[in-house]
Amino acid sequence: MTVHEALAPRQADPRLGGIIKLAILAVGGQGGGVLTNWIESMARASGYAAQATSVAGVAQRTGATVYYVEMAPAGDKPPIFSLMPAAGDVDIMITAEMMEAGRAIMRGFVTPDRTVLISSTHRSLAVSEKTVPGDGIASSEEVKAAAEVAARHFICADFDALAISNGSVISATLFGALAGSGALPFPREAYEDAIRASGKGVEASLRAFAAGFDQASSGASDTAATHAPTSLPGVVGPDRLSRGWQALSERARKLPPEAVEIAEAGLKKVVQFQDLAYGADYLDRLEKVAASDKGDGRLTREAAKYLANAMAYDDIIRVADAKTRAGRRERIAAEMNSGDAQVMHVTEFLHPRAEEIVSMLPAKMGARWAENPRRMALIDRLFNKGRRMRTDSLPTFLALYFLGGLKSWRKKTLRHAEEMAHIEAWLGRAMEEAGRDYDLAVEILCCQRLIKGYSDTHARGQSKYARVMEGIDLLAGRDDAAEWARRLREAALVDENGKALDGALQTVRSFA
Amino acid sequence: MAERSFKAEVEHLKLGEGDTFTGEGILAITKALLESGVGYVGGYQGAPISHLMDVLSDAQDLLADLGVRYEANANEAAAGAMLAASVHYPIRGAVTFKGSVGVNVASDALANLASSGVTGGAMIIVGEDYGEGSSIMQERTHAFAMKSQFWLLDPRPNLPSIVKAVSDGFELSEASNTPVMLMVRIRSCHVTGSFECRDNRHPELTVRDALSEPRSDFARVVLPPMSFAHEQDKVKNRWPAAEAFIRERGLNEMFGPDSARLGIVVQGGMYNGVIRALQRLGLADIYGETDVPIYVLNVTYPLISNEFLEFCEDKEHVLVVEEGQPEFIETQLGSFLYRASSDVKLHGKDLFPMAGEYTGAVMLDTVEAFVRLAAPDMLPANVRAPNAEKPKIPDLSKTVPIRPPGFCTGCPERPIFAAMKLVENELGKHQIAADIGCHLFAALPPFEIGGATMGYGLGPAANGAFDGGGEKRPVAIIGDGGFWHNGLSSSFTNMSFNKSDGVAIVVDNFYSAATGGQDIMSSRATNPTKSTRNPISKALKGVGIDWVREVDRTYDVGRMRDTIREALTTPEKGPKVIVASSECMLNRQRREKPLRNKAIKEGRRVEAPRFGVDEEVCTGDHACMRLSGCPSLSLKKLDDPLRDDPVAHIDQSCVGCGNCGEVADAAILCPSFYRADVVHNPGGFEKWWAGMRSRVIGWLIKRRASRRLEFQAAS
Repeated sequence: MTVHEALAPRQADPRLGGIIKLAILAVGGQGGGVLTNWIESMARASGYAAQATSVAGVAQRTGATVYYVEMAPAGDKPPIFSLMPAAGDVDIMITAEMMEAGRAIMRGFVTPDRTVLISSTHRSLAVSEKTVPGDGIASSEEVKAAAEVAARHFICADFDALAISNGSVISATLFGALAGSGALPFPREAYEDAIRASGKGVEASLRAFAAGFDQASSGASDTAATHAPTSLPGVVGPDRLSRGWQALSERARKLPPEAVEIAEAGLKKVVQFQDLAYGADYLDRLEKVAASDKGDGRLTREAAKYLANAMAYDDIIRVADAKTRAGRRERIAAEMNSGDAQVMHVTEFLHPRAEEIVSMLPAKMGARWAENPRRMALIDRLFNKGRRMRTDSLPTFLALYFLGGLKSWRKKTLRHAEEMAHIEAWLGRAMEEAGRDYDLAVEILCCQRLIKGYSDTHARGQSKYARVMEGIDLLAGRDDAAEWARRLREAALVDENGKALDGALQTVRSFA
Repeated sequence: MAERSFKAEVEHLKLGEGDTFTGEGILAITKALLESGVGYVGGYQGAPISHLMDVLSDAQDLLADLGVRYEANANEAAAGAMLAASVHYPIRGAVTFKGSVGVNVASDALANLASSGVTGGAMIIVGEDYGEGSSIMQERTHAFAMKSQFWLLDPRPNLPSIVKAVSDGFELSEASNTPVMLMVRIRSCHVTGSFECRDNRHPELTVRDALSEPRSDFARVVLPPMSFAHEQDKVKNRWPAAEAFIRERGLNEMFGPDSARLGIVVQGGMYNGVIRALQRLGLADIYGETDVPIYVLNVTYPLISNEFLEFCEDKEHVLVVEEGQPEFIETQLGSFLYRASSDVKLHGKDLFPMAGEYTGAVMLDTVEAFVRLAAPDMLPANVRAPNAEKPKIPDLSKTVPIRPPGFCTGCPERPIFAAMKLVENELGKHQIAADIGCHLFAALPPFEIGGATMGYGLGPAANGAFDGGGEKRPVAIIGDGGFWHNGLSSSFTNMSFNKSDGVAIVVDNFYSAATGGQDIMSSRATNPTKSTRNPISKALKGVGIDWVREVDRTYDVGRMRDTIREALTTPEKGPKVIVASSECMLNRQRREKPLRNKAIKEGRRVEAPRFGVDEEVCTGDHACMRLSGCPSLSLKKLDDPLRDDPVAHIDQSCVGCGNCGEVADAAILCPSFYRADVVHNPGGFEKWWAGMRSRVIGWLIKRRASRRLEFQAAS
C-alpha cells in the first residue's frame, strides 16, 4: 500500500459543514461493531440523521476491519451520505490497535486539516512479526511520530489494558475516549444513555467508558510511558553466600563503566544457574577480556552479555529448577486469576530425547554413548516420548525437584564439557581478533545470539552459528569485515531455515 | 446454529403499514420480500449475504405463519433450480447467494430458468463481493445477466431505494416473464437507515396449494424446437416488455438540472459515491441537490436506448460511472450514441481506472478531471487553482505489517496444518490443492500449505491430473462446507471413479464456518427443521471409498501427524481420505462460555484450562510461532538487558485448546509451555488434598531457597 495522492486539502463546501465523518479501524473480534452501533444510536437519539456501514467479510477472522459512520443534524430531507471513508475526508478516526493507526495514516484517512485520531497504543502482533527467529516486532514509535504529524489532534493510550482492568472490552474505553475528546457535539450523558440502551454488560461498559473518558479528557497521551524504574534485584540467602555475593559484585563493579550494568545482570544469571564459584569463573573470563579491551568498552560489554548467556546454557537441570523454584506457582496463579477459592493444576509439556539424557552423563561416558547409534536408539525407545507432568502433584514435583537440585553433578556432564569447549573456541576466536580488528571481535561475540532454543531448533541455531563463523573466517582482514559479519548475523535471524543467510553467504563468497 | 442470532431483529419484520423500520440493508431486503407476498425463499450463505440467510433461518416461524416456504439450499445451483417453481405457477420466489462465485455455481439453473421464462416473479438477490473486504476473484455478475437475459437491478444504496427495488423487481419479472437479479454491494448489505413499512402479504398462491393443482406446459421445456422459440421470445417479447415497464414506471432516475453541457450516468449502487465527489467539489449540497445532471441506472441491464439518448440531448460530455471490468455499460451506451449518429463525447474508463474499486479518492479525482475537461468554469476557484500544499506525512509502508485473515484463537484447523507441516518436514514438500473455506488461511504464513483453489467443493477435483499417482501422493484439503456443497459429487466421486491414489483431508468443524457458522448435513447439533448428524464417513463409504480414517480430536497433533503420514505412505491403492473433526472454536465458545459462567456462578465444579509460558525457559527462538499463528500466542519484550529477542507470551484470550502443548511435544520444541487448569468450586476433599500437596511442595521450595542465593525479580 502506498500513501494516497489525494491528500491535498480542499476546502469543503460550506453546505457540507454539517456532515461528520467517523471511521473505525479494528482487528476482527475487537467489538468494532458494538462501538459503531453505540455511536450510531447516540447520534439518532440526539436528533441527527446517521448512517453506518462496515466491511467485514472474511476479516472477522482476525484480519483488519473497517466501520464507517456519517451523521448530520436531521432536516426535512434525508442527507446523502457516503458508504466509505475517503482519503483526506475523515473527521474522526478511531483505531483499536497501534498498527491499525499506521494503516489509517497510510490510507490517507488521517490529515492535519481535520482528523482527530484516537488510537489504542497496544499491539496485537501480525503473524509476520511473530514468526521471525529474531525480533520482528514493528515499531510503534514510528507510527506515533507519523500520527503526531498527520493528525489534527492525536489521543493515544493503552485502551485495551484500560478496558481489561475495568472488566470490559476495548470498544467501551474507545467510546469513552471519543466522548472525552469532545470531537462529537454530544454531551457525556448521550454516550452513557447509548450504552444503557444496548442493555448488555451495561455496568462494566460504563466503568470502562468512564476510564476511557478520563484518559482522553485529561490529555494524557500515553499511560504505557510511565514505566516503573528498573531497580536491581534484591538478593537473599545464608550469610556465607551473601558475603561471597558481595565480593563478586564488588569485582563486577570494577569492570569498565560501559560494562558494569550488564556484568551485574550476567553475574546474577550465572550464579543463579550454578553457584558462586561459577560466578567467579565468569568474572575471571570477563576481566581477561577487559584487560585486553583497547577500544571503547564495547568488547567487554558484549562479552559480559553473551558470556553470561553462553555459560547459563539451557540444560535439564536449569529447566527443572525453573519449574520448581520459589514464586513460580504464585506467578502462575496471579496470571490465571486463581485465588484461594480455586484449585489449580499445572501440566508441563516435556519431551526428552536420547541426546538430552546422554548429555547428563559423565563427559567421557556420555561422549562414548553418543557415538553408538544402537545405544542411542535404545535410549530413545526407553525415554523419547512426550511427557505431560503435573507439577502440582507430589511425585512429579519431587522428580523435577531432584533434577533441579543436581547442580553439583552438572560440571561433570557431557553437556557442560561441550558448552565449555564452545565458549573456549568462541571467546578465543573473538579475543584473537580483538587485537587486529576490534569491531569484528565485537561482532563475533554477538554471534552467540544465534544459539538458542531446544532440540532441533538448538541444532539449527548451532549450524547457523557455524556457518556465520565460516563466513567471518573468509572476511577476516578486510576493512568492512565487521559490517559484513553483522549482515550475516542479521540474515541468520530473518527466517527459520536460513535462506537469507545462504544468500548473504553467497555474496560474501563472491568477493572474499 | 449460526454465528449471529437475529431473533431480536426478526421482530422488526412484523412491522406493518405506518411503522418505520430502522436497521441494516440485509434486514430491509427481507422485510421487502415479505411485503411483496413472496411464496418461497432460499439460497446459500456467503459474504455479504450470509446474514440474509441467517435472518430467514431465524424468521422461520414468521415465514410459516405467512405460508412462505424457506429452504436452506445445498448450494447455489440448488437455490437457482428452486426458482423453477415460478416457471409454471404464479408464485413469487426469491433466492440469495454471493456473486460472482455463487452465480457461477448457479449458472446452469439460471440459464435454463431464463430460457423457460417465468410466470411468477423470480428474484435472485446477489451480494456482489467486489473491492475492499472481498474474499473472491474480482469479477462482475453483470456478464451473466447479459448472456442469459435476466434483468439486473442495482438500486441506489439507501433503504427506501433497496426496498422499492424488491417490489419493482417482482413486478418487472412478471411483466416481462423474465427472472430478475437484485445486486447489492458489500457496504449496501450492511448500511443502516430507515424506511416506511407496508403490511406483510400472504402469497396469493402458496407452494402447498400449487402441489394440489400441478401444472405443466411442454413449451416451457428447454428442448428443441422450444429452445429456439425461447430465444426469439426473449428478444421479441420479453425484452421490449421489460424496456416498456422500466420506462413507464420510471425505475431509472434523473437528478439535477434539465439541461447542461455535461452529465453523469451512474450505476445506482455508485450514486452516493458520485454525490460525495460532487459535494466535495462544491457541485452538490448535503441533500444531493446538484448542478450536474445525473442519470441513475437503477436497472443496469437492459439499458434503455431512448431514455439514455434523451438524457444526452444538449450535452457535450457524458461520464459513465461503472465499477469493474470489462465496461459493459459504457460499451453499450457508446453504441447507442453511434447508432444515433450523436456527437456527444462519452467518457468512462478513459478517466476512471479499468480495474478496482471506485474509492472516495478515485471518485473525487475522476469526477474532478471530468468536470475540468467538460465544464471547467463550473468548478469553484479553490478547486480550479488549489494553493495549499500537500502535507508531508512520513511513509509507513515499510513499518506497518499486512494483516491478512487467519485462524481464530483455538481454531481446530491449526493443529491439522501444524501436523501437515511436521509431515512435510519428514517427507518433503507435496502437491497440495485447497478448497474454499477457513482452511484456505493455511496457504498464508506461518503454514504456507496449499497452492491453489479452484472453487467450493473442488479441492480434490483440482488434483485430478495427479490421480494416477507418482513417487509422492497428491494431497487435497476440503472443508465440511465444501464437502456437502459440491465436494461429494464433484470431488469424491471423481476420486473414486478414477481410482485416484491421492489423499484428501476433510476438515470437519461441524459448520459452514467461514460463512458464519450455519448448520450443514454433518453438523452435530440437532436442528428442528433440518436433517443434521449425517456422518461424512458414511457418505464416503457410499461412493466406494474404503480407506477412511476419522480423527475425532484434531488437537491431537501426534495422531494427526501419524494419520497423515500413514495416508501418504501406505502401500494401499485407491483414494485415502482423512476426516479430521473438531468443533469450530468460535461457535464452541459462543455456545459454551455462557453455560460455563452460569455453572461457576451456581457453584458447580468447572475446570478452565489456559496455557502459559515460562519466560525464563523460553529462549525467544519463536519456533512455536511458526507452527501456530494463534492470536493469543504472541510475543513480549522482557526487561532484561541480557535478552535480545522477545519471548513467547500467551494472553488472557487463550481458550486452552491445547495446540501449544501438543505442538511443543510433537515437534519437540521446548519445555516452556505449561497448562494451568483452574478448578472453580472444587469439592471439599479435592481442596483439602490440594492444600496438603501445596504445603509439602511449599516446604520443599522454602528449604532449598534457604540454602542458596535467591534473586528477587527486578521490579
